[in-house]
Amino acid sequence: MKKIANKLYIALVFIFLYAPIFVLIANSFNESKSRTVWTGFTFDWYVKLFNNEVILKSLGNTLIIAAVAATISTILGTAAAIGIYNMKKITRSLVINITYIPIMNSEMVTGVSLMLLFVALHIDLGYLTLIIAHITFCVPYVILNVLPKLRQMNRNLYDAALDLGCNPWQAFRHVIIPEIMPGIVTGFLMSITYSIDDFVISYFTHGSTSQTLPITIYSMTRRKVSPEVNALSAIIFVVVLVVLLIMNFNDLRRTKPKKKKEAAR
Amino acid sequence: MDKNKIIELKNIEMEFDGERVLKGINLDIHDKEFVTLLGPSGCGKTTTLRIVGGFVTPDKGDVFFGGKRVNDVPPYKRPVNTVFQKYALFPHLNVYENVAFGLRLKKVSEPEIARRVGEMLELVDLKGYDKRGVNQLSGGQQQRIAIARALINNPKVLLLDEPLGALDLKLRKEMQIELKKIQQRMEITFIYVTHDQEEALTMSDTVVVMKDGTIQQIGTPQDIYNEPTNAFVADFIGESNILPGIMHRDRLVEFAGNNFECVDGGFDPMEPVDVVIRPEDIKLVPASDEVLNGVVENVQFKGVHYEIIVKAYSDTWVIHSTKAPEVGSVVGITLTPEDIHIMKKSDVKKVNYFKSDYDDAEGSDIEQQI
Ligand SMILES: Nc1ncnc2c1ncn2[C@@H]1O[C@H](COP(=O)(O)OP(=O)(O)O)[C@@H](O)[C@H]1O
Ligand SMILES: [Mg+2]
Repeated sequence: MKKIANKLYIALVFIFLYAPIFVLIANSFNESKSRTVWTGFTFDWYVKLFNNEVILKSLGNTLIIAAVAATISTILGTAAAIGIYNMKKITRSLVINITYIPIMNSEMVTGVSLMLLFVALHIDLGYLTLIIAHITFCVPYVILNVLPKLRQMNRNLYDAALDLGCNPWQAFRHVIIPEIMPGIVTGFLMSITYSIDDFVISYFTHGSTSQTLPITIYSMTRRKVSPEVNALSAIIFVVVLVVLLIMNFNDLRRTKPKKKKEAAR
Repeated sequence: MDKNKIIELKNIEMEFDGERVLKGINLDIHDKEFVTLLGPSGCGKTTTLRIVGGFVTPDKGDVFFGGKRVNDVPPYKRPVNTVFQKYALFPHLNVYENVAFGLRLKKVSEPEIARRVGEMLELVDLKGYDKRGVNQLSGGQQQRIAIARALINNPKVLLLDEPLGALDLKLRKEMQIELKKIQQRMEITFIYVTHDQEEALTMSDTVVVMKDGTIQQIGTPQDIYNEPTNAFVADFIGESNILPGIMHRDRLVEFAGNNFECVDGGFDPMEPVDVVIRPEDIKLVPASDEVLNGVVENVQFKGVHYEIIVKAYSDTWVIHSTKAPEVGSVVGITLTPEDIHIMKKSDVKKVNYFKSDYDDAEGSDIEQQI
């Protein structure tokens, strides 16, 4: 009896969480423009979507900005994590806390303050400012994913590499990087998703030609929700889902051999 | 042996966070020598080894390799290799790639690498394990891989930091023999770190006993065992009774309320000294007025012998004997002059860990009774 109640409860939670998305996906295939009547199955909205210049342009912007910002964030974040790892205890915890601020801080505050900064520095709002803004909120995620991997690493691995003839750079490339790779990959994927998804900060830091997808969608729905937006949202949902699955799979694969080892003992 | 000195440490001092970890280490290491740094945990063994390997630079003092000062030479340019504590194998590489790592960096040709990795795996008795992940190996196997990974680079000196620390007793004994064989076969120098005195005595040509960042004694295992320079060494090298005494004159010492003849001399008249007596050197006889008498407090069977705790005068004695007296009975203790080792009073207290072990046991007994 308790089991059935349990299952029912879980089912309800999932329905609440996912029903809106499934309604949206269903609607993206609905022939009718109305969201309440089902008149037949169609791919029309997807076709229209891919002929919509504005949407395609902002999709392109979003992807370029996400790729550039995530790549730079991953490099900066990994370097920062290694720096933090090698700090003395007190400075380390101080710097880690500072790292948390951009994550904890309200996006609104981050967005407005960045905008004010760019204006003060006379940097025109556009691709550059968007990329800088995205880097500021992505770097902490990379740091927070790489640091634990460094901590898990046997401290002697770096020394062992030097001992066997690596110079510091070779030791970093051949030993440290492979060890912390799962953290780097997760940090990169998280940066990509957060960058694609970001609305608030982008809203304050974008220029007239550098609209990202979330901003375009927002301006489209202000008039009336076009079924094209449904189609677009459905695609985004599927892409994010796939990225999340890859991330989880990546984690799972890494933890499995360890469990085997423990069982062997 | 002096002509083939290959490593010299001169007045090495090292500080971590204001704490002096090494306080003037002087040590010569010779070609093909098996040197063991022996001492309790935290005495600076690993730090000394890391200075030889080049992973840390000493605050003061110099390191010489073959007469050349190498303080500023990084690890990857030193002719030494290391077997790290907990092995530090590369988890993302398989057994073959771990062992081949050093050769890969030296751009050795593939067939040559394959040949030498094969040789090394054979040497450490792990032929056919090439493709295994290192995390799938047992502790003993990982340890052998760590040795193979180091030795394949033909180092002049191999540094080993408690390499057998994580293995069970039987495997330890086997590996001790194996390591000694490898050292003799490869004809290289081993600098070996351990806190296990038995391991040090069985494997080494030279034992370096360390304590609190200083060297207490350097010598052959026989020297260290038979002629310890102070009570700390005596106690650390074997279980020892360390009793306070007074040297009346050469070859006459007072302790446990009696005067005893001994073989040592060269102390000031009436100088306070440490009297060190090994448990296995003491002979128990029936109690009489002729000998020192004591009450048996505890008897424990230890396999080869009994460990007997006797309270005599105001001292607690540890005695090894093949016969077990009754607990509570009075026994006599006899000593020959050769069994009594007189040492300069060490300024450090609490050297007799043995005694304190016993006191703890006594405490817990009382608790159980309550
Ligand atoms: N990197 C370090 N930072 C701070 N303290 C250290 C460091 N390495 C060693 N120590 C300290 O130095 C002392 C000696 O350590 P170590 O050489 O590892 O001793 P052992 O190997 O004999 O157990 C210890 O008190 C240890 O805490
Ligand atoms: Mg150590």
